[in-house]
Amino acid sequence: MNKRGKLAYNAFIVIVAALAAMAIGAIILAAVGADIFKAYLVILTEPLKDMIGITEIVVRAIPLSIIALGIAIAFRSGILNIGAEGQMMMGILASSAVAIALPGLPTYVLIPLAVLAGAAGGAIWGGIAGVLKARLGVNEILSTVMLNYIAAQFYTFLLRGPMMDPEELVTGSGTPQTVRIPKAAWLDRLLPGTRLHSGVFIALGLAVLVFLLLWRTSAGFKMRAAGAEAKAARYAGVRVESYLIIAMLLSGACAGIAGSVEILGVHRRAIEGVSGGYGFTGIVVALFGGLHPVGIIPASLFFGLLLIGADMTQRLASVPANMVLVLQGAIILAIVSARQFMNNPYVQDRISRFVARVAGKPQPPVHPGPDASCPDPSDSIDPCLADEADEGTEETAR
Amino acid sequence: MNSGSFLLNILILGVPFSVALLLAGLGEMINQRAGIFNLGCEGIMAMGAFVGFLPPYFLAKTALAGSANLIGIMLAILVGALLGLLFALVVVTFRAPQGIAGIGLQMLGWGTAGTLFRHYVGGVTGVPGIQPLPIPGLSRIPFLGPVLFNHTILVYGAFLLVPVFWYVLFKTPWGLKVRAVGTYPRAADSMGIRVARVRYQALALGGAMAGLAGAYLSLAQARMFADDLIAGRGFIAVALVYFGRWHPVGVMGGALLFSLAQTLQLSIQVAGIKFPYEFAVMLPYILVIVVLALVRKAKMVGPTELGKPFDREQRV
Repeated sequence: MNKRGKLAYNAFIVIVAALAAMAIGAIILAAVGADIFKAYLVILTEPLKDMIGITEIVVRAIPLSIIALGIAIAFRSGILNIGAEGQMMMGILASSAVAIALPGLPTYVLIPLAVLAGAAGGAIWGGIAGVLKARLGVNEILSTVMLNYIAAQFYTFLLRGPMMDPEELVTGSGTPQTVRIPKAAWLDRLLPGTRLHSGVFIALGLAVLVFLLLWRTSAGFKMRAAGAEAKAARYAGVRVESYLIIAMLLSGACAGIAGSVEILGVHRRAIEGVSGGYGFTGIVVALFGGLHPVGIIPASLFFGLLLIGADMTQRLASVPANMVLVLQGAIILAIVSARQFMNNPYVQDRISRFVARVAGKPQPPVHPGPDASCPDPSDSIDPCLADEADEGTEETAR
Repeated sequence: MNSGSFLLNILILGVPFSVALLLAGLGEMINQRAGIFNLGCEGIMAMGAFVGFLPPYFLAKTALAGSANLIGIMLAILVGALLGLLFALVVVTFRAPQGIAGIGLQMLGWGTAGTLFRHYVGGVTGVPGIQPLPIPGLSRIPFLGPVLFNHTILVYGAFLLVPVFWYVLFKTPWGLKVRAVGTYPRAADSMGIRVARVRYQALALGGAMAGLAGAYLSLAQARMFADDLIAGRGFIAVALVYFGRWHPVGVMGGALLFSLAQTLQLSIQVAGIKFPYEFAVMLPYILVIVVLALVRKAKMVGPTELGKPFDREQRV
């Protein structure tokens, strides 16, 4: 297949995958009796109609992109971090605790301190799963999912108990929330009348940092090598287990920073439901963005749009906002299915011959060249996903 | 409350609580024996719980009210099997990475159940559900009676499925095929076993079991539906299979262990013991992690090709 054919082919696969995901969504929309076309139109265009909508998309995209960057680090290193939700909650707790405990500090000390505390909280929570995976072979998907549930309980425990706003006890309303964090720790609002805050620069800065880490340092190269082919990396002297733990620490730190930025920039106090599914949407954003910062930034804006749009369909097209979960699930299934077609030279070869036959142009079967049949795994679009579940065999071999 | 009745309460609740985990775990065991790691179990259970709940909710005042529970269970099994086949399409035919595809299926099932529930039902509503069916005579035995013989028919059925699954897996040709495609698909393929077809069948069965488990939760255990009804039981079921070493009896033991942890948590609240409620709720989830950490990989007897897609045309 020549280069143009390949591009057309990949574009075709992407379009088919997108249509498949939208078709699954359409089935559910039809099941709730909504006007399918109108519902999609509302989701995709309604938030863009005024300034508030557009800034709210960016407000959602900030934590989404930061979480997705962390997930990309983990996935690239061969460890599937599903625990961003819990890591984010731990980050929120640590960050708000620091901000509340040190009210007297000036802004330029307090904000970095609070963000770092958030990073530490998330990193600890992610690191647990990393250590369990590297040292005891515990499946990281299961452990991170369980840590999500544990973190959620710990979060409500602290908000209803030790960290609860004393005012709530006096007035007796008992809302589980902390006191307002000191003004010195607030991230500035950029536009009056909107919630757009300076956390957007933190997100962009982190995107650059993650790119530099993964593609411009030897540690990043080793992490990607460990993710692409653990055995080969180990043979080349990479301490795969250590890099797994480092990847989970960094991944958790990103989720913790996302929680911290959300508190300092939007809510200004820890309340219930701050994480609200960002941890799971972040997975979709990371996959949609090709596990690369350059893709993750636009992907986070797109899913910010989806989240707001789904809220709006509730009002405008009477479709429950849970619809966004359906779309996210369908998109994940479509993406992982499509990758199989995009990276497989054999399928490409077969389809190109089929196209040639239909078009009537006889074409000799081309042997896939060395590049096509054996792409450099560290640069392929999803190295981590190629061989994720090395359950059992690898351990026994060692 | 004295300690004797405290313990008895835990046991009485523990047996029915284990059923959802047991049913889903048995299905997941078949999936994993066939080499497929189905993390979408949680999402399938959510869908099963939702569609199982619908007939009793809508048919309550009609002539079909008597068989509404049965219709619900059948629907849940059907929807579960269909979702299992959808997962098979993604991970067997398209050979997508199973872990992340499972998370996708979980979101899809969870989101769909939530969306349809909000639209058709709205708020949390109870249904009469399935009533307990004490076994005459046996249920009067002190201590053992209420623990073992005073449950809904699904509880007895679920425990009877343990020997059935053992027989199917180890004594029938189909069971041998399932184990073959999960252990050495290339050899199975050269012996004329259609790997993809067996994996499709296993996933359909696993999905049906997860759907049934969901329907059990909404019809017999909680007798209502809510968004967070499943609360991670699907993921716990996946962990149970590791813990139970891919054997039906092991899965049953694991299901009982986890349900005891859950009822202990409930009993602590009911008995008014001074202990933060949230920490009690964490208990089963912590137990999962501890158990997974203790099961040593080296001694595992599980399917060696678990999680790896099979490509007939790939050179080895």
